[in-house]
Amino acid sequence: MTQEFTTTETLDVRGQNCPMPVVKTKQSVDDLESGDVLEVLATDPGSESDLGGWADSTDGVALLEQDQTEMDGETVYTHYVRVE
Amino acid sequence: MSTDTPPVEDETEQLSRAELQARVEELESRLSDVEAETGDDGQKMSIIATKGTLDMAYPPLILASTAAAFGYDVTVFHTFWGLDILHEEHSKNLKLSSVGNPNMPVPNVVAALPGMDRVTTSMMERKIDGNDTATIEELIETSLDMGVEFQACQMTIDLLDYDEDDFYDGVRTGVGAATAIQDMADADIQLLV
Repeated sequence: MTQEFTTTETLDVRGQNCPMPVVKTKQSVDDLESGDVLEVLATDPGSESDLGGWADSTDGVALLEQDQTEMDGETVYTHYVRVE
Repeated sequence: MSTDTPPVEDETEQLSRAELQARVEELESRLSDVEAETGDDGQKMSIIATKGTLDMAYPPLILASTAAAFGYDVTVFHTFWGLDILHEEHSKNLKLSSVGNPNMPVPNVVAALPGMDRVTTSMMERKIDGNDTATIEELIETSLDMGVEFQACQMTIDLLDYDEDDFYDGVRTGVGAATAIQDMADADIQLLV
């Protein structure tokens, strides 16, 4: 897949369930600077809807892309969040 | 629409403009007064946590930490058994009762037997662990990191014979119902759990 952006930071929340993917994404974003793109790796299937909803209602972040891939026998939900 | 409106005398128009200008200025000044009174414009959430069983400890903590991630200014007022969620020792040993809970796979007559709370609690703890659900302690520490204010009701601390040092660092003690009411009155979301 071609991406029109470059990931600057990765947050691995695989093996963590609601509400941790959203909460830790927010904590990571707070440490980033404008223009940075955070890649979030999650195994929580709810993270797709939750991160989308969070990004929608939060100022200063944009959800660029969400992917689903199989990794080591489990589904990994990858989210790309840009800090505006 | 008719275009032949009667000409307005210059003087009248001048007067009404001046009046309008004065009115706008008055409204602007009142608006800034109101804005100053209501303080900052951030969104707020107030939760009252009254239960101390393992299952009922989760909703206030999950909602508090998530609301903080959404940028809400969150306060959670813990009273009665809700205090156990903030109690450093008790929070690690919260129990689940199957008595009176038709969702549990144990009939009430069996659930009422001695030791059954321990059985149902460890069953739930295994499920929590297997489901990658965060522990109560993790949720409290994370919420504190995110700026959630946990309040421990002073009246029930005294009633239940707890000590202020029993609670997690960062928990605010010495607060009562009036503080909770004030937080609820200021909040955009209020919940009783």
